[in-house]
Amino acid sequence: MNRRDALSRVALIFGGTVIGAEAFLSGCKTATKYGASLNFTPDDTAYLNEIAETILPATNTPGAKEAKVGEFMAVYVKDCYEEKDQKIFMEGMAKLDEACNTKNGKSFMECTPEQRHEFLVALDKEAKDYQKSKKEDDPTHYFSLIKQLTLMGFFTSEPGATKALRYVAIPGRYEGCIPYKKGDKAWAT
Amino acid sequence: MPGDSSNVHINTKGVKQNTYDAIVIGSGISGGWAAKEFCEKGLSTLVLERGRQVEHIKDYPTATKAPWELPHRSNITQATRQANPLITKAAGYGEDNQHFFIQDKDHPYIQEKPFDWIRGYQVGGKSLTWGRACQRWSDFEFTGPQRFNYGFDWPIRYADVAPWYSYVEKFIGVCGNKDGIEAMPDGEFLPPFDLNCVEQHLKKTLFDSFGRHLVHARWAHLTKPNDIHLQQGRGQCQARNLCMRGCPFGGYFSSVSSTLPWAAKTGNLTIRPHSVVHSIIYDDQKQKAVGVRVIDALTHVATDFFAKVIFVNASALNSNLILLNSTSTRFPNGLGNDSGLLGKYICFHNYRGWMNGSIEGFEDGYTYGRNPTDAIIANYRNLHTKDADFAGGFTTFAGAYRERGDGNVCPEQIGATYKQAMTEAGPWHVYAYVQGETIPKVTNHVRLSDTEKDQWGIPLLITSVGYDDNDDRLLADFFTQTEAMLAKAGVKNIQHADTKQAPGLDIHEMGGCRMGKDPQTSLLNKWNQLHGCPNVFVTDGACMTSTGNQSPSILYMTLTARAVDHAVSELKKMNL
Repeated sequence: MNRRDALSRVALIFGGTVIGAEAFLSGCKTATKYGASLNFTPDDTAYLNEIAETILPATNTPGAKEAKVGEFMAVYVKDCYEEKDQKIFMEGMAKLDEACNTKNGKSFMECTPEQRHEFLVALDKEAKDYQKSKKEDDPTHYFSLIKQLTLMGFFTSEPGATKALRYVAIPGRYEGCIPYKKGDKAWAT
Repeated sequence: MPGDSSNVHINTKGVKQNTYDAIVIGSGISGGWAAKEFCEKGLSTLVLERGRQVEHIKDYPTATKAPWELPHRSNITQATRQANPLITKAAGYGEDNQHFFIQDKDHPYIQEKPFDWIRGYQVGGKSLTWGRACQRWSDFEFTGPQRFNYGFDWPIRYADVAPWYSYVEKFIGVCGNKDGIEAMPDGEFLPPFDLNCVEQHLKKTLFDSFGRHLVHARWAHLTKPNDIHLQQGRGQCQARNLCMRGCPFGGYFSSVSSTLPWAAKTGNLTIRPHSVVHSIIYDDQKQKAVGVRVIDALTHVATDFFAKVIFVNASALNSNLILLNSTSTRFPNGLGNDSGLLGKYICFHNYRGWMNGSIEGFEDGYTYGRNPTDAIIANYRNLHTKDADFAGGFTTFAGAYRERGDGNVCPEQIGATYKQAMTEAGPWHVYAYVQGETIPKVTNHVRLSDTEKDQWGIPLLITSVGYDDNDDRLLADFFTQTEAMLAKAGVKNIQHADTKQAPGLDIHEMGGCRMGKDPQTSLLNKWNQLHGCPNVFVTDGACMTSTGNQSPSILYMTLTARAVDHAVSELKKMNL
């Protein structure tokens, strides 16, 4: 064991992994254009990129779209997710757009950045409240999956790791106690 | 019988071509040491490795990849997980290092009770992916089983191995601090990795309030290489913490980066990859082992190799398997198995306990570089007296780390403000996990299947190894004590978890061919020689009489170097 393995174990054991879910929003149609197949279309990844960009927008550092988080999510969901989580994620893509339509009268892609932001703030809160109150065996909210992959994909991407965070491929040495002040960037790894 | 010389067709030309002074079975952490020692002492040495060749740097395909260069960012795909439900459980296994582990389907075994047998079949074995912790055993561990009547006495004491620990430490490079702790003797240390701000605080609290020792890691890393390390072509640890991919700097010790190339430089080394050892050949007339039967992993052709002395370093359970499968008229139940105890008293380390919590007040401190080690809380149980309701002791590994990002404080957890919060350093956390001694029991054993064989015609190993209530009591004490220590240090939200993982996942399986003074109750003498067949030595985890609570690999290396020294001296005296 070493620290890297130990920390991944800690995350596994105590981290509350986000897995499992089913239809969360009642009355939604499953046959919208997004998430039809695990072979993500360019429209799918563009849509995921815009969702991710709304969560982690470009500021003085790059955002999720520049980090190609949509493309990452497509690869990760297809290759690494269990079948039941794939289903939640794919259906969630459609549900999110449905919910946006219900709220704003137009699709997520047609919304302004402000509308997208406001919509996802509400959806995030809804997902969080649901996650807090749900029983252990209840399904996970689809937006929790999308957000989790957005964070993972962005902070392990080159723009995310090297520009939004600090990344040194070869530190050369270890110093256990250096000063930190609020606002300093965190290490990527 | 496979090992019976009367059934062996010996081609005399083959004998000459296939004869060496010494044969070492296995190229992992102890086999590499046997090879180095034999070659340095001038013996022609054949190392048999069942897996593929791995060369330093050249065969580390992922060593310098950035996180984004791995399509799944080091995570495992479902296809890999479904094809390998066993091996993907190994700590640290990922997209970036899976090429250093077996595929489940190639290497079946039979679990009479759940046992996760983690294997890495390649030149270098598991030394490529090992944990690298290198604490010395103390006499508390060598004498504990006898003093407290829970096991079988070792034929050696700390004084027998102390100089050999020094010998090994100087060559492999072990960082650490000389702490003067009775339960964890000091060694020949390179400078230690720092403790971070929180770890320094924990160290002080544990000592002031409990008289216990949290100390710097003692780990096989070159924090400041000496000449002997530079001569090996190894350099300073760069604090990348990507060790399990193989280190292009040679910053940590492995057979591949160190002992094997060192042995090769002598001109005395032959490494034969893809060589699955079937058995050791015993000659009833000569009353000694004369060679090793190998099945080529790729062609399945059998070939015999011959030598005056044979070292068995196939990894603990595989060494048991080879000896059990080495039958002859003299040894119908396995080579050297006069006692009938071969394969019995298998033990391991209890790795089930994990703790985690958070701590405030250190927000102005951070770290530079990536620490590849854990701090160590030295064992404080059952040292001079029995002071716990269980037998044995435990080492605690611990550390503190600062999470990335603290978006939970934001009212809106979407958007620019949230992103900013997530790119800053977040709260500090403290973790700890246990490495507990387990008690050797005759019921915990491995044996050969009578009916099932692997693709090379070798009987499958049956594992019958489980926990007992001593393990539960040790775990309960670890949780109670660690919680008290962390709480005293101001750690909040303390959680604990019993992973209930199967034995074996600790990757510290030991025993089955234990050392002892009496041939009636042990397999090996104090020099790791089979009592009944003195030109065969077993110096990997199979030789362990008890488990102690320290990380075992460096003890295997130490016993190996010591045993080769003895073997060569006996060869010179014509005693083998």
